[in-house]
Amino acid sequence: MAKMRYIQAINQVFLDEMERDKNIMLFGEDVELAIFGDTREVYKTFGPERVYNTPICENSLTGMAVGAAAAGRRVILHLMFGNFVYTGMDAIAHQMAKLRMMTGGQMDLPITVIAGYGGGRSLAGQHSDTPFPVLMNIGGVNVVTPATPADAKGLLTTAIRGNNPTFFLEASGRGGDSGEVPDGEYLVPFGKATVHKEGSDVTICAIGTMVRPALRAAKTLEAEGISAEVVDPRTLVPLDEDGIAASVSKTGRLVLVDECKDRCSAASHIAAVMADKCFGDLKAPIKRVTVPNVSMPYAGVAEMAIFPTPEKIVAAVKSVTGELAGASA
Amino acid sequence: MTEIPNVDEQRRAEWLALYERMLLIRRSEERVGKAAQAGEMPGGVHLYIGQEASGVGACSVLEDTDFITSTHRGHGHFLAKGGDVKAMFAELWGKRTGICKGMGGSMHVADVSKGILGANGIVGGGIAIANGAGMGIKVGKEKAVSVCLFGDGAANQGVLMECLNMSMVWKFPVIWVLENNGLSEFTITDKVTAGEQTDRARAVGMPAVTVDGNDVIAVQEAMKEAVDRARAGEGPSFIECKTYRIRGHLEAEDAFLGGYSYRTQEEIDAWKTPDKDPILRFASRLLAEGGASQADLDEIEDRVSKQVEEAVEFALASEDADPELIFDITFADQRP
Ligand SMILES: Cc1ncc(C[n+]2csc(CCOP(=O)(O)OP(=O)(O)O)c2C)c(N)n1
Repeated sequence: MAKMRYIQAINQVFLDEMERDKNIMLFGEDVELAIFGDTREVYKTFGPERVYNTPICENSLTGMAVGAAAAGRRVILHLMFGNFVYTGMDAIAHQMAKLRMMTGGQMDLPITVIAGYGGGRSLAGQHSDTPFPVLMNIGGVNVVTPATPADAKGLLTTAIRGNNPTFFLEASGRGGDSGEVPDGEYLVPFGKATVHKEGSDVTICAIGTMVRPALRAAKTLEAEGISAEVVDPRTLVPLDEDGIAASVSKTGRLVLVDECKDRCSAASHIAAVMADKCFGDLKAPIKRVTVPNVSMPYAGVAEMAIFPTPEKIVAAVKSVTGELAGASA
Repeated sequence: MTEIPNVDEQRRAEWLALYERMLLIRRSEERVGKAAQAGEMPGGVHLYIGQEASGVGACSVLEDTDFITSTHRGHGHFLAKGGDVKAMFAELWGKRTGICKGMGGSMHVADVSKGILGANGIVGGGIAIANGAGMGIKVGKEKAVSVCLFGDGAANQGVLMECLNMSMVWKFPVIWVLENNGLSEFTITDKVTAGEQTDRARAVGMPAVTVDGNDVIAVQEAMKEAVDRARAGEGPSFIECKTYRIRGHLEAEDAFLGGYSYRTQEEIDAWKTPDKDPILRFASRLLAEGGASQADLDEIEDRVSKQVEEAVEFALASEDADPELIFDITFADQRP
């Protein structure tokens, strides 16, 4: 184990995997000097034959990822901000997600697309989105949302070695978070949720950037006699439906915390699945703590007013555990 | 004010106005940079320092009814096109008195009443909007023009070729103003760009020129020609302004670079000299051939400094943005 920052864990995987497999190539805007720090030294180490510092042209880059993979390479594309999923969307939706199926399974597309998502830093509407829903809805790309440095390492390694297009979505505001990361080879399988904190009264299912506020909320609740279990799906496609359901069946209550806008959020999808799978065990309605269906505002006060916070999570939990809080009071 | 015979009084006034506008941008940006460095200003702040002549020269021949689209580096464009410095500062400080009520911030300053369709956080985001504005003007049979201000980085977005083509095919009244500062974030644009930028316009048969983007008069003259052509229904033009970004890509650049660099201090300094810096250069020219005196320039300096400080005071004294407003303004007439 070594303590490292989230962004360092990602950087280490790039360096290790590209060393291990000479067939891996990496490209994207400003990957040479690494605007987020996650591709630092990659260009220097592997050179311009395998690493391309590209012009600004996302709509071509996503299509080129498909072509390079079709030509036999293992591809890493850095899209910088999660919002640029939208600028690169044509080839993502029409080619990356569909070509394998539409060619009768003839081509593998081992592509990892990495991008940092999320708000909370006054970057306003065009740099603060959490584009899970659009990617989840395409049908044909994996969506991976690590919350910790260890999961960043494990999931990124799995993504790079896998044979499917995968969106590895970096928790932008969490790049500096540090944590213990296993040494050596470490893979976290897709479709396997993890429990960050055990509890018995309510399941808080938190995604990516929302794990930290969820854990804070759980701590506050603990002090008030409410035992919350914090579950992190880690990957949204594939989704560990049974793993989340096991927790929900145990606690009987579910609060989802997701940085997406509420409509068609990852939270609303998981809520639907859990309503189906755990109907008999649910003691209260499923609640979602998400972002309203609006563009992220710039001003800090306005952004925080609509951003999921520990306080809002606590309030949502209390709205379904009212009788428990009353009993312990 | 000194009276110098034999100079065209009108030109003198015009030149002083250009100088004042450039200086307003410079002093505003310096103040904003100070606030950003001190951590008083949230978000990503991209300053226009060093590029004032291209924006001011380009906008100097426009009316409020003409449109511009801008970039993430948009404060200078906003002020050049007549945006109000108080309303801009209030926006940057996230206040409800801001030009966008604190909802857009640095990368999104816009004043539609002045034809400023907005700074833009999406590189290349303004290109199709400008082309569409040109189309709208044409459909409405208006005399206005649409000016797309964009960077050399943005020029590599495919949308540029698409829109150059359409603007030419349909003779839209669009002026494509490329501010070529040689840099796209931390990438040297030349390393990722083939050929001459103007050749992209020439490929569709569009008149294209390259001008010294740090010479406000050179930019203005090229613009005049292009605007005349556009207003006469003769279609679009392409102007490449060669310039340089003196500040970092964004104010927090060092934190992102983590000790690495993409240019030398000597390179930056070379653009700050009296014969390169657009403002120092124009000051000398004003004194030498514009009929202005040092007293004129000093008076402008005083006025601008006061204006900037008043804008800061206004911003700081204003109330924070109103979160409830988000739900009122998302749609024209419905709740989100
Ligand atoms: C679609 C999109 N891709 C990437 C970015 C990130 N980005 C912001 S500014 C920039 C460089 C832009 O360079 P240029 O157009 O030359 O403008 P300059 O910064 O030099 O003014 C990049 C890559 C973005 N904001 N939008």
